[in-house]
Amino acid sequence: MNSTSKLSNSIKHSQNSGNPEPSFGGQGGFVSRFVPVNIENIDTDQIIPARFLKATTKEGFGKNLFRDWKYENDDESKPKADFPLNQSQYAGEILVAGKNFGCGSSREHAAWALADYGFKVVVSSFFADIFRNNALNNGVLPVQVSENFLQKIFSLSNEETLTVNLEKQTITINSTGESDFFEINSYKKTCLLNGYDDIDYLLSIKEDIEKFETQRG
Amino acid sequence: MAKTLFEKIWEKHIVKTIDDGPSVLYIDRHFIHEVTSPQAFTGLNNRGIKVFRPKQVVATADHNVPTLNQHLPIKEELSRKQVETLVKNCTEHNIELFGLGHPFQGIVHVIGPELGVTQPGMTIVCGDSHTSTHGAFGSIAFGIGTSEVEMVMATQCLLQSKPKLMRITVDGELSKGVVSKDIVLYILSKITASGATGYAVEFAGSAIRSLSMEARMTICNMSIEMGGRCGLIAADETTFEYIKGKPLSPKGEHWEKSLTYWKTLYSDKDAVFDKEYHFKAEDIEPMITYGTNPGMGIGVTETIPTTETINESDKSGLSKSLAYMGLQQGSAIKGQKIDYVFIGSCTNSRIEDLRLVAAFVKGKKKADDVEVWIVPGSKQVEAQAVKEGIDKIFEEAGFMLRQPGCSACLGMNEDKIPAGKYCISTSNRNFEGRQGAGARTLLASPLTAAAAAITGVVTDPRSLPNPSEGGL
Ligand code: SF4
Repeated sequence: MNSTSKLSNSIKHSQNSGNPEPSFGGQGGFVSRFVPVNIENIDTDQIIPARFLKATTKEGFGKNLFRDWKYENDDESKPKADFPLNQSQYAGEILVAGKNFGCGSSREHAAWALADYGFKVVVSSFFADIFRNNALNNGVLPVQVSENFLQKIFSLSNEETLTVNLEKQTITINSTGESDFFEINSYKKTCLLNGYDDIDYLLSIKEDIEKFETQRG
Repeated sequence: MAKTLFEKIWEKHIVKTIDDGPSVLYIDRHFIHEVTSPQAFTGLNNRGIKVFRPKQVVATADHNVPTLNQHLPIKEELSRKQVETLVKNCTEHNIELFGLGHPFQGIVHVIGPELGVTQPGMTIVCGDSHTSTHGAFGSIAFGIGTSEVEMVMATQCLLQSKPKLMRITVDGELSKGVVSKDIVLYILSKITASGATGYAVEFAGSAIRSLSMEARMTICNMSIEMGGRCGLIAADETTFEYIKGKPLSPKGEHWEKSLTYWKTLYSDKDAVFDKEYHFKAEDIEPMITYGTNPGMGIGVTETIPTTETINESDKSGLSKSLAYMGLQQGSAIKGQKIDYVFIGSCTNSRIEDLRLVAAFVKGKKKADDVEVWIVPGSKQVEAQAVKEGIDKIFEEAGFMLRQPGCSACLGMNEDKIPAGKYCISTSNRNFEGRQGAGARTLLASPLTAAAAAITGVVTDPRSLPNPSEGGL
């Protein structure tokens, strides 16, 4: 009953989609400064608290990203000075966070909030499964590095930049040239590089799905 | 070749496998609720397509609903709009909805099993991480994001990579006053909140086998708190007995046929797991969490760890956690003042949980300055509690029995714990702000929560008269 098919054939029909522009393709990779949030086990309740999940659309979650870490008593006039997202010395489209990022609730709103805020890449030494999928489905690249490499990034000054090369699956500290390799399955890589999306692919194999249903009775 | 339970189910659901990529996994049952489905329906509508197999989808309203006066229109505008959107989407796409006012309404992971929709050998998904609960029936059940909800609606399939396999064996007999919630909090305290990330976790051993279905669900429910992709327990007579006669379970010759298949669903003797853990039931005492992830738990008679004694994984977060919780390294947790008691959520809101609490508090009264909310998991649980007179026992004890929903588990409706207050909760997450901005959550079993309700402080349930026997 099982069949395999070549990746390129499988997904070549699945272009189009609502996915964001592919942003990791370029030759030199993607270069940006980064925002460090050196906290482990950041759960999706912190990334976007439950009270903001009442929307029926995907837009506008960015302003509530890390809401309760950003403001005192939920008051926008009282930003917490020690939270990196409030510190003007940090900028860039890469978020760097401690181990086990995105654990807890499956809410995709966490990925929407990160993307809407402007993050294209999240770097950590470990990602929770559901978050990883949600991020990839929204064009946000989870880059899993060694704990050692993560600590090196945390020790950098705020002016430094990182280069993320999806093609080569590497992330580099530009000032030192030190680099780490990250895993991504080749299907997802192809999707991200080309702006393909899973639903289009699944819709393109509907006949196979129907056949499967008939065969299993 | 010897196979694990997970592999047996997985292989039966593979439509095809992409070279060097994920597999197309067929999904038997899809549960949806008001919070993570609207954007998926919008996606379908934008593509101009309908739900592919509406009969395999079951909907309920739970996350956002009030737990008082459910017969009145929802006051909070955004919540009302979300629930109305669900009704509209289900009507347009022909999906069975057990919405507000329906006698089967309730928390999605409570109603699936109690209606007989959840069955062994199935693949089950829902846009909610605690979908792992359904694995207690020997099925592959896992939470998904909204993009994936849309994929399943559109094609009844998902692209999935096979997870690694872990088995956690708990052998022996539970001590008096120790219940299934304590087992899972104990495991979490040993393997940490990320200990099972990337794994499908099978729970096995004599202590697990002896548990009721309700108790097994509590354990699988929290497998996501270890980071597990899903948690599962092989089906046995206890499982079959539970499913038999449920409103939507197979009947007549379908029942016989299903049963024959279900009986083949267990891990073969020589099946190989990528990782194994063994624990002894006798080592487990009533558990409670002190920190801000569910792995930060201790026995109720133990002291809060210090930077020297805590496991590596929680070391860096300890000070931040304890500052948030207003607790001290090295101090006892017993005797900690409690302001709220929440008995509910898809972890512990089933009839057995309510019975356990009722048996324990009968003839006792809550402490004066504690507020106690009991939120049943479903309308059916609520009705059964009333039928058995459990509601009266709660009333006499000063506990408030509310109406079904997720409630203070995530504080999306108005059931929030105020900032700085301590809540002992039977739910599954003690994250910062989970039960309301600034709320301080201590996770525990229904029995330990009930004991705190009576004394007003964290209490070893074994120290009060007549604690129920173990076994839940
Ligand atoms: S009760 Fe809590 S954990 Fe369970 S589904 Fe509802 S919000 Fe999620």
